[in-house]
Amino acid sequence: MNIHEYQAKEIFRKYGIPIPPGEVASTPEEAEAIARRFGSTVVVKAQVHAGGRGKAGGVKLAKNPAEAKSIAAQILKLTIKGLPVQKVLVTPAADIASEAYVGIIVDRAAKRAVFMASAAGGIDIEEVAAKTPEKLLKHPIDPRYGLQAYEAMQLAFFLYSDMKQVRAAAKILQQLYRAFSENGGSLAEINPLVTTPAGEVVALDAKMVIDDNELDRRPDIAALRDESSEEASEVEARKANLTFIKLDGNVGCIVNGAGLAMATMDLVKYYGGEPANFLDIGGSSNPEKVVAALRIITGDPNVKAILFNIFGGITRTDDVANGIVTAIKQNPLKVPLVIRLTGTNEEIAVKILKENGLSAMTDMDEAVKKAVALATGGKAA
Amino acid sequence: MSIFIDSGTRLLVQGITGRDGSFHTKQMIEYGTQVVGGVTPGKGGQKFEGKVPIFNTVAEAVSETGANTTVIYVPPPFAADAMMEAADAGIPFIVCITEGVPVLDMTRVYPFVKERGSRLLGPNCPGLISPGQSKVGIIPGRICTQGPVGLVSRSGTLTYEVVYQMTRAKIGQTTCVGIGGDPINGTNFIDCLNAFEKDADTTAVVMIGEIGGTDEQEAARFVREMMTKPVVGFIAGQTAPPGRRMGHAGAIISGSAGTAAEKMQAFEENGVGVAKRPIDVVDLLKRAMR
Repeated sequence: MNIHEYQAKEIFRKYGIPIPPGEVASTPEEAEAIARRFGSTVVVKAQVHAGGRGKAGGVKLAKNPAEAKSIAAQILKLTIKGLPVQKVLVTPAADIASEAYVGIIVDRAAKRAVFMASAAGGIDIEEVAAKTPEKLLKHPIDPRYGLQAYEAMQLAFFLYSDMKQVRAAAKILQQLYRAFSENGGSLAEINPLVTTPAGEVVALDAKMVIDDNELDRRPDIAALRDESSEEASEVEARKANLTFIKLDGNVGCIVNGAGLAMATMDLVKYYGGEPANFLDIGGSSNPEKVVAALRIITGDPNVKAILFNIFGGITRTDDVANGIVTAIKQNPLKVPLVIRLTGTNEEIAVKILKENGLSAMTDMDEAVKKAVALATGGKAA
Repeated sequence: MSIFIDSGTRLLVQGITGRDGSFHTKQMIEYGTQVVGGVTPGKGGQKFEGKVPIFNTVAEAVSETGANTTVIYVPPPFAADAMMEAADAGIPFIVCITEGVPVLDMTRVYPFVKERGSRLLGPNCPGLISPGQSKVGIIPGRICTQGPVGLVSRSGTLTYEVVYQMTRAKIGQTTCVGIGGDPINGTNFIDCLNAFEKDADTTAVVMIGEIGGTDEQEAARFVREMMTKPVVGFIAGQTAPPGRRMGHAGAIISGSAGTAAEKMQAFEENGVGVAKRPIDVVDLLKRAMR
């Protein structure tokens, strides 16, 4: 789960990381009022779950409250990587002497959380890491002991030479590790970590991603989810316990299992079509899940044909058949439907479909070809 | 022959009285797996289905039954503890089916299990099956058939699809292993490829990967450097948009590493036959085994 910069900053502040004050506005007027309270030049920053905000025009300086108002008005109209900006963070502008990067991510290869630090922070950190890997220090953390003081110092010496700054940075790194590990993070990042002309070390930005598997045991963190900043259909899918990602094609896909769902999308493309979505109804499916899945898919006006691909293992195909029948009775389909199912209780499923005027195929390739043909307006093969 | 499990497998089920645990225990017994005991704290002394003894702790179950393998169906908040308990009781092979184990828990479980010398399969995996001998986990038994091909996969239902198409084409399997799609798992592609290379009855191997990470690329290099048996592969997620999560925690593309195109290229460069569609696995196998 992504959280916003201002939410990550609130978490980091609790652990003592020095972060300049800031307030959130949803309207230009609120942004103006906040800028007036700060009484200085401010930065207005889009709060949106996408990287590259600065390059998209979502981060701007405002010299006075009137300018903060007009800039906030501009930013609140932006859509960054498909996501509309609903909130801005207004924070006093800082004088910057240097910009560094520090972050923690769970690394598959190391099978641990790994710290990364670079003195060359800022918006091009990905490029720094790719082109000059010697400028990025990676340090895996033993989860039994956490980030020890000497390790934090090692990382800090890689960033700074001034002893006061080294100590300040080492403290921030230990605080960041605690914020990460005690809140179920899969990523925690400060970019940039800046030094001011007065020599202080301050976190100007904050990013945190929470492992979805942690949310059940951390209700306070789960409550940070901002549904208004997500695709509406994806929110609905999550509530129905479906994994759904909207794409731009016209063949709606409903599949059980992530791997099979991806393979189904790939086959749609292979046979000349474009998938409209990724949708995994998961393992132990019940008919209501199928009803919800069909409602979400039919809500997309681009969808010209719907393809079910169900391989029953834990999933009972008769449950899926019942779900399809119920959904169609509630809401008759306006686009053609292709059903492929095989596996657990297949005979019962086929009987249920037949009684309701539907038919099922058993071969995945044939079903995909048929769905693609129907979506492109051709005749079914 | 087979890898990891065979007719000598004596299985323990952790979470045997739960909804998933009890359902799949019945299925495993029906398939012919020797289920020698179950563990549910507080239900020690009872019997599952009037036959299988239930114990309060794994240590007790091991000393009473001589179990050499365990399968875990407990809910996610308790899964890390269940894996560690099994390793501490000295069980050499631990299979964790549970989906949704927090990754930070796995950063602790992985070294714990390793230091005690156990092998972990999963979490978030369908388990494995050696057709005709033993099944541990949730892979439907009737889609498999005995034969000479080993299969290793990161996926669940996609594995079933490929096995089903192989069985329809009369290509049987020594063992089918689902390693799971989580970012940190106990057994990876290379572990399975290595075991298949050493297994006398396996003559060819199928590897099914998906987007995210670099495990498939490393496995492809292992095939070229260390294997004499032919390997064919399929990668799911060729149409996945970059940077979006696709259900598995592992299926995240980070930077340029981990795209389907990159993995298929690694297969090609290292002599692993590349299937463009799942069905192509069958033809590639037929050619490789000729």
